[in-house]
Amino acid sequence: MSEVVKKFLYVNRKAPYGTIYALEALEVVLIGAAFDQDVSMAFLDDGVFQLVKDQNTKEIGVKNFSPTFRALGDYEVTKLYVEAESLAERGLTEDDLQEIVYEDEDDDWAEKPSIRIVSRDEMAAVMADQDVILSF
Amino acid sequence: MSYQVNGTAVEHDEEGYITNLADWSKDLAEVIAKAEEVEMTDEHWEVVNFLRDYYEEYQIAPAVRVLIKAVKKTMGPDKGSNKYMYELFPYGPAKQACKIAGLPKPTGCI
Amino acid sequence: MSTLHTVNKSPFSTQTLLSCLSHAQDGDAVLMIEDGVYGAAKGTGVADAVAAKAGKVSIYVLQGDMAARGIDAARLIDGISAVDYAGFVRLAAEHDRAQAWL
Repeated sequence: MSEVVKKFLYVNRKAPYGTIYALEALEVVLIGAAFDQDVSMAFLDDGVFQLVKDQNTKEIGVKNFSPTFRALGDYEVTKLYVEAESLAERGLTEDDLQEIVYEDEDDDWAEKPSIRIVSRDEMAAVMADQDVILSF
Repeated sequence: MSYQVNGTAVEHDEEGYITNLADWSKDLAEVIAKAEEVEMTDEHWEVVNFLRDYYEEYQIAPAVRVLIKAVKKTMGPDKGSNKYMYELFPYGPAKQACKIAGLPKPTGCI
Repeated sequence: MSTLHTVNKSPFSTQTLLSCLSHAQDGDAVLMIEDGVYGAAKGTGVADAVAAKAGKVSIYVLQGDMAARGIDAARLIDGISAVDYAGFVRLAAEHDRAQAWL
């Protein structure tokens, strides 16, 4: 196994249920987490809808996978960048998103928020800082 | 393919994972365990119940290392180890414990 | 004679909703389904365009698709009403034709 740790960014730009992209991305992230790389996720455009709280899929007969985002911390995926402009264009604020936290091993397991709201410029900088970008 | 539980058939796939998660019961767990040649003790149930709680909360079966880390935190370092898990479930906690717990195969488990 | 239009795409990723609204005639109905339901919420970039049309055509949104996406009824643009699957069928029966905007 290579000891080189690369920075991976998973870019999420699709709403959760209209297509399979969002669920597939999440599964790839969970699988990829086994490789001990530096993983971040970006949510922009319709991708911000994936993190909206109180999703209830009972009537449409598909699995509600939004709770799975809260497990990402266990998989050491602790950086979820959400673009502020994308939220605003969709009439959303941070309060409309579910709370996602991780336990910081290096800080006596203190719970810290995984979601980081960033501006479009900051998102561009996050993207420019990666070794590998996977787009969904 | 199906398990027989109290006179009813519960469908499973070719690897023995039940098809409909709502079919699960404690009696079914015992039947699956028997097919896996695992004798269920309180320690086995502790892990199975943990997995079911994890699934209930996050809608996924955890990867083995995630399971072990989480068990270590809630049940202590003695139980949160590879060795302990494989003593209980010799063919692997993911393969056997998830199957007995009625969960789908963990994501990323080959 | 009237038409039931259905829209199933997010208004933020395609022009489908806007195109539908500009082709719908007075007395028609527009039903937002699947990712189309995102067009029904207040305070978005397309809300003004939707609200402007709401007096001339009847606009509906499918309840199950709304709930799946975490959109509460309180967030709907004024004049838009939620319908269930039976309501969808009723709308289809009430209009002379249905046009699916994909």
